[in-house]
Amino acid sequence: MAEKKKIKAKAKTKPSSKAGGADEKGLTIRVCLGTGGLAAGSQEVIDTFRSELHARGLGADVEKKCVNKTGCRGFCAKDVLVDVIIDGNLSTYQFVNPEKVGRIVEDHIINGKPVEEWLVGPEYHTFHDKQTKILLKQCGQIDPEDINAYIEIGGYEGAKKAISLTEFEVIEEVKKSGLRGRGGAGFLTGLKWEFCSMSRSETKYIICNADEGDPGAFMDRSVIEGNPHSVIEGMIIGGYAIGAGIGYIYIRAEYPLAIERLKIAIAEATDKGFLGKNIFKSGFDFDIRIKEGAGAFICGEETALIASIEGKRGMPRSKPPFPVNKGLRGKPTVINNVETLANLPTIITKGAKWFSSIGSEQSKGTKVFALTGNIRNTGLIEVPMGISLKEIIYDIGGGMEKKNRELKAVQTGGPSGGCIPASHIDMPVDYESLMRIGSMMGSGGMVVMDNATCMVDMAKFFISFTQNESCGKCVPCRIGTKRMLEILTRITEGNGKEEDIDLLIELGTDIKLSSLCGLGQSAPNPILSTINFFREEYESHIKKGICPAGVCKALRQYVVDTTSCKMCGKCARVCPSGAIIWLPKQKAFIYKSKCIKCGACFDACPFKSIT
Amino acid sequence: MPEKKIKKVKIDGTEVVCERDETILEAAKKAGVEIPTLCHDDRLEPYGGCRLCIVQVKGVGRPLPACTTPVTNNMEVCTENEAITRIRKNLISLLLSNHPNDCMRCEKTGDCALQDLAYKYEVDSSRFKGEQWDLPIREDNPFITYEPNKCILCGRCVRICNEVVMAGTIDLVGRGFNSMPDTAFRKPRSLDNCEFCGQCVSTCPTGALTDRKGRGKGRSYDMTKVRTTCSYCGTGCNFDLNVKKGKVIKVTSAYDTPVNHGNLCIKGRYGYDFIHSADRIKTPLIRRGDSFYEATWDEAIDLIADKFTGLIKKYGNKSVGAFSSSRCTNEENFLIAKFARTVFKNNNVDNCARV
Ligand SMILES: Cc1cc2nc3c(=O)[nH]c(=O)nc-3n(C[C@H](O)[C@H](O)[C@H](O)COP(=O)(O)O)c2cc1C
Ligand code: SF4
Ligand code: SF4
Ligand code: SF4
Ligand code: FES
Repeated sequence: MAEKKKIKAKAKTKPSSKAGGADEKGLTIRVCLGTGGLAAGSQEVIDTFRSELHARGLGADVEKKCVNKTGCRGFCAKDVLVDVIIDGNLSTYQFVNPEKVGRIVEDHIINGKPVEEWLVGPEYHTFHDKQTKILLKQCGQIDPEDINAYIEIGGYEGAKKAISLTEFEVIEEVKKSGLRGRGGAGFLTGLKWEFCSMSRSETKYIICNADEGDPGAFMDRSVIEGNPHSVIEGMIIGGYAIGAGIGYIYIRAEYPLAIERLKIAIAEATDKGFLGKNIFKSGFDFDIRIKEGAGAFICGEETALIASIEGKRGMPRSKPPFPVNKGLRGKPTVINNVETLANLPTIITKGAKWFSSIGSEQSKGTKVFALTGNIRNTGLIEVPMGISLKEIIYDIGGGMEKKNRELKAVQTGGPSGGCIPASHIDMPVDYESLMRIGSMMGSGGMVVMDNATCMVDMAKFFISFTQNESCGKCVPCRIGTKRMLEILTRITEGNGKEEDIDLLIELGTDIKLSSLCGLGQSAPNPILSTINFFREEYESHIKKGICPAGVCKALRQYVVDTTSCKMCGKCARVCPSGAIIWLPKQKAFIYKSKCIKCGACFDACPFKSIT
Repeated sequence: MPEKKIKKVKIDGTEVVCERDETILEAAKKAGVEIPTLCHDDRLEPYGGCRLCIVQVKGVGRPLPACTTPVTNNMEVCTENEAITRIRKNLISLLLSNHPNDCMRCEKTGDCALQDLAYKYEVDSSRFKGEQWDLPIREDNPFITYEPNKCILCGRCVRICNEVVMAGTIDLVGRGFNSMPDTAFRKPRSLDNCEFCGQCVSTCPTGALTDRKGRGKGRSYDMTKVRTTCSYCGTGCNFDLNVKKGKVIKVTSAYDTPVNHGNLCIKGRYGYDFIHSADRIKTPLIRRGDSFYEATWDEAIDLIADKFTGLIKKYGNKSVGAFSSSRCTNEENFLIAKFARTVFKNNNVDNCARV
């Protein structure tokens, strides 16, 4: 209770800002304040803006109104990003730090001349142009800690409208929109709600799954940090449709900023009468509680999540019964992902027709991806379903990070997904196509790999993650993934056996078939798909003892290229194991038996003569 | 009350009729078809952890666990085919790959579900070699020996302790390959946290949990099981004295016991030391002066009869009564009441059980 008061107080004392609009002097400054931005130092940037404006006699009033905090806008590689809007003219600066603020204020704000060399380049615009932003539109544009900013852009209209309809009409609209769950499996949201609404019970629950445990994924976090009210509004709509009076947000404790913003948002929404008793004066009561998870990947699985809320060990159980019939505390429960829920307000206000016009035949709307790996523009993107991988990688992502490298494969779906080789780059990104190729949508991780990536090593990375996160309940996942990791480890260390590939395929297939939950059922995907598309790489490790990408250290063989060696002897001096013979005016020679493959000589050679 | 829906199910071609929400495993039992299980115990909620019981249901892509999947009308189940056998073999191999395979010295040999399955499916530990647990044996309490290396994580001990005993002594701790049943903070099982009922031992399908007092004294096939009723209280639990060469080695109880379904408490399971105790009183004792002498039953009963007859003659039949024990069976208590009414001809009957 005390905490709630504190949050409310905070919500009131913070600057009241207009959503994305200029103040009376026509000046707005927007600073990215997501976790990415914060890590890059955006708080200092804001503070410096404030003090610089103050020092130049721009009154406290102006300063307070001008500096808006915004959520993540996706282009994390360029953080801290700052928008300066003067009389509607927007300029965006990249890599802003406190030292740069002075000049931006002096030249741009006072003298009206933007600092050209610090402005974002054309890739910032291509990055945004191919995207279709529904969820992320407001992230980065409104102050996530101010409910009025959200209301000004039409926030809570969806919930209001939904509650004026019958529960049945809301479910029909969501069904018609074709919205599918963004948490992984892609189940039709409207259908899930319908099942739950048919379960008879006085008490029902709706749970927002914000566990987001995939390594490298930060879509849900960004949506919550950037626009927490959209998730709350989605939960109100869902709660109303299925007849749930209580909603839970299950969020990992590692997301303190997101939790803080949710708490503020819930307090604000309660103040406005959007949460609590008799909301929108409709007679419908709805409350939201936050449940912090301790950060186990498996707690994202819906039945494990329920067990965790109930205070038990986060372990999945067999379905049926499905949560829509028997969920939290045995009551009918709908579990939806953050992104799924955040889509709902717009679906209700703009209509199912509008939503289903975006996307492909069976996958409607947009999807947020965390684009990472060896790509130029890493960050958060939102694209219409059905867009080709090629467009994502080359138009939005700007191609490979290193100019001399080529695209090798893309991993979607995180540790549960599979890899898609460069040859399939024209394929559309939607649920069915990804499934067909042995991968999956997952929650939206997208790792781009160039030709310096070893696919065996990549598969090993993902299986080491899943085997570590296995809950231990069922045999195939608990022991099977461990054995797969051990087989991959021996392959990358040069101890692979010829029959290992077939063993991996058989074991992987059986783990998929016999595991209890989605974790085990999908854990072998990275291995099976890399064997499928890059079998020769496995064979090369096993039969030739060579890692074609040169990643697996144990398989590396360092030799001196005698044609380019300039006889400087630097390599011999750094070798810690005395494996390099070198005498003045003689070419160096590496003794295989003594070499420990540390790579020191490789790094030390100024002429790239060690290969 | 929803009306009963009859479901017809075919298990390996045999049709059975189910009237409740039976699982495939239960239906198969009705059909006389045996499905291998490791994590299932009729006393516990279905779990679905070992995956040995997977079966193929017609029209469903992936195999389903028989122990947790409810039957539906017209379901057709195949309990063993090439793919299922392959998966079962691999699952057993995986279990054996993290198992000491110490059958020669193991207490559980001959009565071990894992050993039986390895034998039936003809697998050993050679297929998947890798890291193995090397954890110390835990003998930190007087009744239960825990050899974690033999644990297959079926979770039965955890569930019986939480679902049936409701003691909450143990749970699974750790993650992934290193998950294992243990107490909070891995403390010894002691009277602070454990009831010592040995229910966990009773459900363990392997030699991971064994009765400490019986260790080294014989395997189950060396022993004759003598069914009897517990003499400690009036509940009347049935159990089997496991007897070898005239000595009770341990106490077990089977699921078909009508009162207790194989469940026992600390007294029934472990309180049998008195049987072979040197201090045990085996004959009636009659007081003579300051001491007792060992009498025959006839002597003792004659003496009691004489005394009662004397008392009734002198003070009337209301002056005596029968007081029996809650440690007697129902039948014995019935008899003593009948005795009072027909021989003493009064209603002075009582029993110590009124807590
Ligand atoms: C191992 C595992 C981890 C999962 N993690 C998440 C997660 O972090 N976030 C999420 O929304 N769904 C996760 N899911 C999927 C959920 O079980 C569930 O399907 C989803 O939350 C349903 O919401 P949706 O229908 O809106 O997608 C996970 C599933 C598995 C098997
Ligand atoms: S598949 Fe893995 S995570 Fe899922 S229940 Fe089995 S052991 Fe646990
Ligand atoms: S002896 Fe009884 S109380 Fe103790 S751990 Fe075993 S089942 Fe639980
Ligand atoms: S100790 Fe026995 S009952 Fe408990 S999980 Fe291990 S094998 Fe199962
Ligand atoms: S008996 Fe069904 S999974 Fe173990």
